[in-house]
Amino acid sequence: MSAPTPGRRSRWTIWLPLALFIGFVALVAYGLMAPGERDVRSAMVGNPLPQFTLPAGVEGTPGLSRADFTKGEPRLLNIFASWCVPCAVEAPQLDTLAAQGVPIDGVAIRDRSEDIAQFLDRNGNPYRAIGKDDVSAVQLGIGSSGVPETFVIDGEGIIRYQHMGPIMERDIAQIMSEWRKAKEPL
Amino acid sequence: MTRSILAFVSLWLAAAAPVAAAQDSMPPAPYAYTQLDDPAQEAEAQALMETLRCVRCQSQSIADSDAPMAGDMRSQVRMRIAAGEEPEAIRAWLVDRYGDYISYKPELKPLTWPLFAAPVVLAALAALLLRRRFRKGARTGGDVA
Repeated sequence: MSAPTPGRRSRWTIWLPLALFIGFVALVAYGLMAPGERDVRSAMVGNPLPQFTLPAGVEGTPGLSRADFTKGEPRLLNIFASWCVPCAVEAPQLDTLAAQGVPIDGVAIRDRSEDIAQFLDRNGNPYRAIGKDDVSAVQLGIGSSGVPETFVIDGEGIIRYQHMGPIMERDIAQIMSEWRKAKEPL
Repeated sequence: MTRSILAFVSLWLAAAAPVAAAQDSMPPAPYAYTQLDDPAQEAEAQALMETLRCVRCQSQSIADSDAPMAGDMRSQVRMRIAAGEEPEAIRAWLVDRYGDYISYKPELKPLTWPLFAAPVVLAALAALLLRRRFRKGARTGGDVA
């Protein structure tokens, strides 16, 4: 007698588990097909460069320390290595930036002086100074997760912008504009 | 055909040679593959390293990874532990630099509380549904089964 009423009322709940299941499958399928952002970006943008002092990477080019970044002029900090193939790919673009008057300093990651020298002979040397970072200490300190990476540092030593991966032709305008922006204090 | 194979092989060699030659030319950082002398400190470091993500090989912890950068991170972790730093302070130092993604340890935060609340809510919902069903079963005298 009373059976039809609760039956009708709960009819839609029969579909609830199926709907949940389909929703779950859709979520998994979406996760599989759209792997999403894999870059781990630095959380240090907007913060001051940490303290560091690195010995010179090659003879004839000075070493690098934090003090070089607090002289009132924005600079690029380029994380590179002679063993890194994309670093050779971005070398012409670094030359272009240097030719346009952008000061660039390099941090060579886990590299030997003779290898760095050979790399610069082959690809050109756009750097004002090169520090040799044998244990990735500066790299970890600024939240960089690979080579090559390029940071814009303003005249007070504040990290203003991070570019991940090699700088290609199409990135030059963006880097230039970030460098110009860094002339104004935050 | 032969020429294109030759071209391919020489291209491949040219591309592979500098990478293979260079990655291994530096010795690993001092504590990348060396345990700390004090077993208690080493255990602390190990526990922390197992919950830190390798940024180069993102589904591995730095304890599991052979990437040079993971080695440098292990060395950094061990040296800081040896210098008396607390593991959670080291984790916070890394989170400040790389964001929450670097840590595998689940944290209760405004962004993450639904993850912890969802199972409780679902269990409560299930209990409610079951209770109603059993009550109904009792009322109709086993008619449902």
